Amino acid sequence: MKLCYWMYSGPAHIGTLRVASSFKNVHAIMHAPLGDDYFNVLRSMLERERDFTPMTASIVDRHVLARGSQEKVVDNITRKDTEDVPDLILVTPTCTSSILQEDLQNFVNRAFLDSKADVLLADVNHYRVTELQAADRTFEQVVHFYLDKAKKNPAWQVAKTTRPSVNILGMFTLGFHNQHDTRELRRLFKELGVDVNVVLPEGGSVHDIQQVPNAWLNIVPYREIGLMTARYLEEEWGMPYTTTIPMGLVDTAQFIREVFAHLRTCSRDYFNEDVQLKTPEEVEDYIDNQTRFVSQAGWFSRSIDCQNLTGKKVVVFGDATHAASMTKILSREMGIRVSCAGTYCKNESDWFREQVHGYCDEILITDDHTQVGDLIARIEPAAIFGTQMERHIGKRLEIPCGVISAPVHIQNFPLGFRPFLGYEGTNQIADLVYNSFTLGMEDHLLEIFGGHDTKEVIEKSLSTTNGVQWAPDGLAELQKVPGFVRGKIKRNTEKFAKEQGIQNITIEVMYAAKESVGA
Amino acid sequence: MTTQTKDALVLECETGNYHTFCPISCVSWLYQKIEDSFFLVIGTKTCGYFLQNALGVMIFAEPRYAMAELEEADISAQLNDYKELKRLCLQIKKDRNPSVIFWIGTCTTEIIKTDLEGIAPRLEAEIGIPIVVARANGLDYAFTQGEDTVLAALVQSCPNLQTTPTVEDPAQATFVQQLLQWPLANTGAPAATTVPQAKHPPLVLFGSVPSTVVNQLTVELNKQGIHISGWIPARRYSELPELGPEVYVCGVHPYLSRTATALMRRKECKLINAPFPIGPDGTRAWIEKICQTFDIEPQGLAERESAIWEKLEDYLELVRGKSVFFMGDNVLEVSLARFLIRCGMIVYEIGIPYIDKRFQASELQLLEQTCREMNVMMPRIVEKPDNYHQIQRIRELMPDLAITGMAHANPLEARGISTKWSVEFTFAQIHGFTNARDILELVTRPLRRNSSLSELGWTTFVKDVSPKTIDVQSTNVTSPIA
Repeated sequence: MKLCYWMYSGPAHIGTLRVASSFKNVHAIMHAPLGDDYFNVLRSMLERERDFTPMTASIVDRHVLARGSQEKVVDNITRKDTEDVPDLILVTPTCTSSILQEDLQNFVNRAFLDSKADVLLADVNHYRVTELQAADRTFEQVVHFYLDKAKKNPAWQVAKTTRPSVNILGMFTLGFHNQHDTRELRRLFKELGVDVNVVLPEGGSVHDIQQVPNAWLNIVPYREIGLMTARYLEEEWGMPYTTTIPMGLVDTAQFIREVFAHLRTCSRDYFNEDVQLKTPEEVEDYIDNQTRFVSQAGWFSRSIDCQNLTGKKVVVFGDATHAASMTKILSREMGIRVSCAGTYCKNESDWFREQVHGYCDEILITDDHTQVGDLIARIEPAAIFGTQMERHIGKRLEIPCGVISAPVHIQNFPLGFRPFLGYEGTNQIADLVYNSFTLGMEDHLLEIFGGHDTKEVIEKSLSTTNGVQWAPDGLAELQKVPGFVRGKIKRNTEKFAKEQGIQNITIEVMYAAKESVGA
Repeated sequence: MTTQTKDALVLECETGNYHTFCPISCVSWLYQKIEDSFFLVIGTKTCGYFLQNALGVMIFAEPRYAMAELEEADISAQLNDYKELKRLCLQIKKDRNPSVIFWIGTCTTEIIKTDLEGIAPRLEAEIGIPIVVARANGLDYAFTQGEDTVLAALVQSCPNLQTTPTVEDPAQATFVQQLLQWPLANTGAPAATTVPQAKHPPLVLFGSVPSTVVNQLTVELNKQGIHISGWIPARRYSELPELGPEVYVCGVHPYLSRTATALMRRKECKLINAPFPIGPDGTRAWIEKICQTFDIEPQGLAERESAIWEKLEDYLELVRGKSVFFMGDNVLEVSLARFLIRCGMIVYEIGIPYIDKRFQASELQLLEQTCREMNVMMPRIVEKPDNYHQIQRIRELMPDLAITGMAHANPLEARGISTKWSVEFTFAQIHGFTNARDILELVTRPLRRNSSLSELGWTTFVKDVSPKTIDVQSTNVTSPIA
């Protein structure tokens, strides 16, 4: 057993469900007790989804526990097959129901015979992998399944697109700014004259999967999900994939160069270099133009505003992708000292160490939030760049925090365009960094001019009290009212007391006042 | 298809696929209520992630709840549950030093058959902190019933009433009895103890409500000369009331049937089966029933109720004739429906995860009576509803308001059905006379929002055309009333 107050990543089935519900027209069936199906709340509330989350829980209750599921799971699969006519039904247990060791594969096989949809059992170990690893695995499983299926169709064949094209793998629901990043990457490729063949899983259909091998190259924007799929596609279908994360000016440039290196090889292999590709000079011109004029981040780091950030200490913590990229950006693009860089993706620790090597003083790899909290308390950085968890740690220690990674909160689903990838992403990140600090300029001016009005506000009201008295029980009750409305309640109650000619405000008077004015 | 009948209430069980929150949710309000407690939820990552993300329970400064996360070695019984729990509880004792630790069992501890009840007494003796074990699992319970499991477990920890309180004539009590009683009576009493020794048998109320509501209900009962001996749960674990065969008990939540049973069977208390104090009508009926039990003539109760109704008039105008559909989530549905019918609304369906017909008998009776008096059809009560079928029914009936869990709210809104989250009624203060207004504030919010957006339909978000081109599906079009 592990005493735990906070988790950086969820249970495995959440990852599976995130992949399932990212695809269009895929339904997930959970084999789970009542209440384990809260994923539909997460998705519906955080993503503000207009459609019902395509997910049904086949409920495990006392009866199921006593006699096994019998027909229940199979019935639920066939029922959904007729009700929603999905392309694929993905069945998953949860940590809880996986202990029952019911033969779900057998249910799936039986349901497969009768249903129009394909039926798959998500193949993850619920006690050994995290949400992100499970998502990665499930995504690969689905892609693998549909390409195997396509292979069996004699009419199907791989036809590389005549224009250079890429697939973007790993964009999915509830991801950290994933939708914004997708849009930014599409824009980037459009400007570079490269087509986006398929984006998966978010918004894609399982039918699109058979077109995946038609693209020249796979893009894996995040380490956490998509890498397994990309590796499978490389092994089985000979498709190369990118490993640079296009976050920050340096890495975005590096990414574009990597893409074109691959594209040139593909052009040679498939089309005898017969395809129109941007020349290396054109690519460099594009990078230069974007870096110096489209993105403001490079100039911003050199402007007077940023001078005040020089040498400030920060702590970075998050998923492997975002934490590594942010560390590099802060350290080499903004001149900020990263005292510690860390990630909760323990399975990516080697990659992470290699990425941040030389850009930070120490490295922390843990999924225990108390360790992270203690570390931040010890270092006392000027700012934190972390997850919602570090934001809370920061609140307690009065250290500002910019949120750069999942775990997410409704705040991380802004309506406006806020990518982290590409050139627009560099602007967003620069804003985030600058605004997270007690502002560079403001801080500096405070020092020069001796600060704002520092007198503390003791009495909010400028008027004097009005002759009514508060009885101890009334006062005690008033103290229980949340601070932000207390003033209003106090005023309304006193007004009521005056109207009624009451001198002493007791608890009863308070309730009477509430009833009369609806305060 | 009609979901309503004329003469009698229909209760059916659909036994469908439905969604509610997990019963371990109760931790989120109980840890706040019992101030010196620590809640340890013994379950998997799935449970912890639920509390953290879906319910947003995060306490960082001074956490008073935590997960004992079961790992592979626990599941496969390679580790000793006793040793593991001891290690965790000693850690908790060291860090937080609570007066009581609640172990919240989950589905997983049920499935792997962890003997929590067996381990607790041994460990309790060893570490010197009382441990209360509740099995708030999703195999047997839904959402708010989690509180029921905790309170039922707490009943066991309540001290037994030492002496027979001499109710009719305190003078008969011997000196020794008074001496014995005196310190206990002092510690067991809640905040408002201004009423002198009551002239009726001891009354204990059960159900977790914020201290404001405790005070409000105390004031109301005091007005009738009724003294509350204690609450389960009390603000502190040490303040639990004494129980015994002379004690009368009454619930404030409709989902506490197990607690009621535990009180009757284990402590031989007498249950007052009353409607629940939700809405002015329910509150009046609740007080009346308690008065009736103690042979007290209620004073000024009818006037109090009508005064409250008068003050609700501005809200009542908004809801009269409007229809509502309960998808079912927190087991407060019957009481809320009864109040809304009294407000002049029409209830199509009361979905409810679970209903104990005996515990809710008075409430069901009041619902029936309310329907007759308001001259509306009896709503159909659907236990364990099938959410998919319910959505078909909602589409057919087009109610003015659907009270639903969080998972279905946005999709229903997108289909032109106004919704209100059922969880808001779980967390808001809805009990008693004073808070009736708050229920209507919640209920009317979507209706008021719609009227303020009314000029803009669903196809034209921007007002550049004649306001008459409102989509038929639009929420503000009042559906024909059945």
